[in-house]
Amino acid sequence: MSVLVDDDTRVVVQGITGGEGKFHTEQMIEYGTNVVAGAVPGRGGQEVAGVPVYDTVAGAAREEDADAAVVFVPPAFAGDALFEALDAPLDLVVAITEGIPTQDMSRVYRQLQDTDTHLVGPNCPGVITPGEAKLGILPGNIFEAGNVGLVSRSGTLTYQVVDNLTERGLGQSTAIGIGGDPIIGTDFIDALELFEDDPDTDAIVMCGEIGGEDEEEAAAYIDEHVDTPVVGFIAGRTAPPGKRMGHAGAIVSSSGTGTAESKINALESAGVPVGDTPNEVADHVEDLF
Amino acid sequence: MRLHEYQAKEVFADAGIPTPDATLARTVDEAVEAAGEIGYPVAIKAQVHVGGRGKAGGIKLVENDEEAREAAAEILGMDLKGYQVDKVLVEEAVDFVNELYVGVTMDRGEGQPVAMVSTRGGVNIEEVAEEDPDAIAREHIDPAFGMHEYEARKVVYEAGVDRDIAMDVASILSTLYDLWEERDGADAEINPLMVTAEDDVIAADAVFNLDGDALFRQQDLAELEDEAAEDDLEAKANEYGFDYVRLSGNVGIIGNGAGLVMTTLDLVDYYGGAPANFLDIGGGAKAERVANALDMVFSDDNVDAVVFNIFGGITRGDEVANGINQALEQFDEIPKQVIVRLAGTNAEEGMEILNTDLVQVEATLEDAVQAAVEAAAEVEQ
Repeated sequence: MSVLVDDDTRVVVQGITGGEGKFHTEQMIEYGTNVVAGAVPGRGGQEVAGVPVYDTVAGAAREEDADAAVVFVPPAFAGDALFEALDAPLDLVVAITEGIPTQDMSRVYRQLQDTDTHLVGPNCPGVITPGEAKLGILPGNIFEAGNVGLVSRSGTLTYQVVDNLTERGLGQSTAIGIGGDPIIGTDFIDALELFEDDPDTDAIVMCGEIGGEDEEEAAAYIDEHVDTPVVGFIAGRTAPPGKRMGHAGAIVSSSGTGTAESKINALESAGVPVGDTPNEVADHVEDLF
Repeated sequence: MRLHEYQAKEVFADAGIPTPDATLARTVDEAVEAAGEIGYPVAIKAQVHVGGRGKAGGIKLVENDEEAREAAAEILGMDLKGYQVDKVLVEEAVDFVNELYVGVTMDRGEGQPVAMVSTRGGVNIEEVAEEDPDAIAREHIDPAFGMHEYEARKVVYEAGVDRDIAMDVASILSTLYDLWEERDGADAEINPLMVTAEDDVIAADAVFNLDGDALFRQQDLAELEDEAAEDDLEAKANEYGFDYVRLSGNVGIIGNGAGLVMTTLDLVDYYGGAPANFLDIGGGAKAERVANALDMVFSDDNVDAVVFNIFGGITRGDEVANGINQALEQFDEIPKQVIVRLAGTNAEEGMEILNTDLVQVEATLEDAVQAAVEAAAEVEQ
């Protein structure tokens, strides 16, 4: 079992004719993902990676029964592509695109509140349920099916932690990369709620980073609502204030909010052990079983 | 992306927000001439991207030609918190009775724009927010509609702005919001918005920062970019297009993905070393980019050893390995020891390609970081 995606998920790829869209569609299919369609305006009737392309997401959803989208559309058009996906409608939209203007995302986020769709991302590596399906760009070979749910703001840090887990035989139920942007669809709390309700997720790993207050809010949520044991990791302990550390959201403000220390303290107060290294995260998870 | 005060004021003035009479000057003579034309008293204000210019001596109020010459000579060319001043704004000094704050920004937590007004303008608003959050009235704006006129009035009245000028301030806030929305603002601020004895309101300072991801549709503003890098290395990073932050340690760090690079910095610290930099080569980096990254870190005199940590998703280990070889083969002697750890996509191919005469290879993140910390410590001795 798993959350968000599984064997039955029927995927439409928006932007399937672009370089990245095509490459990762092939990778997703190779992994076993049920990619049923592509959607690119003006390219309907073509075929990419053996998959039929439609002019609209609505067309792909209707003709191929798609219920999820992966979005590789370039940033200038991605806001519009997300509105189109929300309108289809679909159960899940995974936005890989990095660099979407913030005001576009603000409007998408507002529209999202009026739908039942789960949006993951943007600027994220995607979602994977090992052995069943992956929606996004995660390297499938490092994952292994199991009972640890993982949620993370960073792509490559996810891979690092997964690698440490898999090495010890600690497989994953589902891994969700929620993305490093300031405005994202699924946040830590949404992901924690999904994992808490999933009977086959027996432990949760949550990887956060400096900037914003999402980790603090997640800690408060864990304290109140989550019975599944959670292990944490926070990147950016050595980040200087006022400097953006790669991700648009990863910044300790000059007035001192958004620090790693504040997030680690919040998690520890909620009874969440926080690893000093990715390997220590795996130690903590191992201790749970 | 940040605009200078004089640039932001031009944008604000074009939209109909009242601003003081002002002229940009690049030399002392230009400044004195402009001051004479505007009429004393005038303010001479350094145009650099530094907060707290006034306290740092970058703003001077002058009464006559002699004082103007002295102040302009002092400010032009001065080092303001690491930035050299090469232009000043010569501006009519406004005789005010009150200072307000008006601003629009994105509330990231809510995913919604927020308009803010305070009667405690003229000081650092972040400090006000911390000391007395109630002194700032806030109104979240539905981005689907933009700001309704009543919302502008509401936040102004809630802030306790004087009734005599409230409608004028609301009108300025409306204009500021529209600008922020149409021009892809990140932060738009007037602080202070000065109130004169005659109940005129005038934008005495102006901040307009743009969303860097939206510059493609704000070409005219993007062209105004005048970002002086803090040092040569940051200039180089801009040129190469890297996310780079310089720190004070001696272990150079290169990696892919913000979270993993931050984690590598943290591990250097955890194992007793001190990180020299944050450098993210991004996803899908090809050999040339890898070589540029090494060039960057080698150019930092503080660096004694380098850890190169890649976990490939869309980045391929073989591409990275080729880049490392290319970069290092051009040296007769490798300038600093490089410790490499490759994992993920095509990592095995990469390991085979890597020239182990030139680099030290480690299998895990922890081992690679510890090796780099030790190597740096040895150089230091």
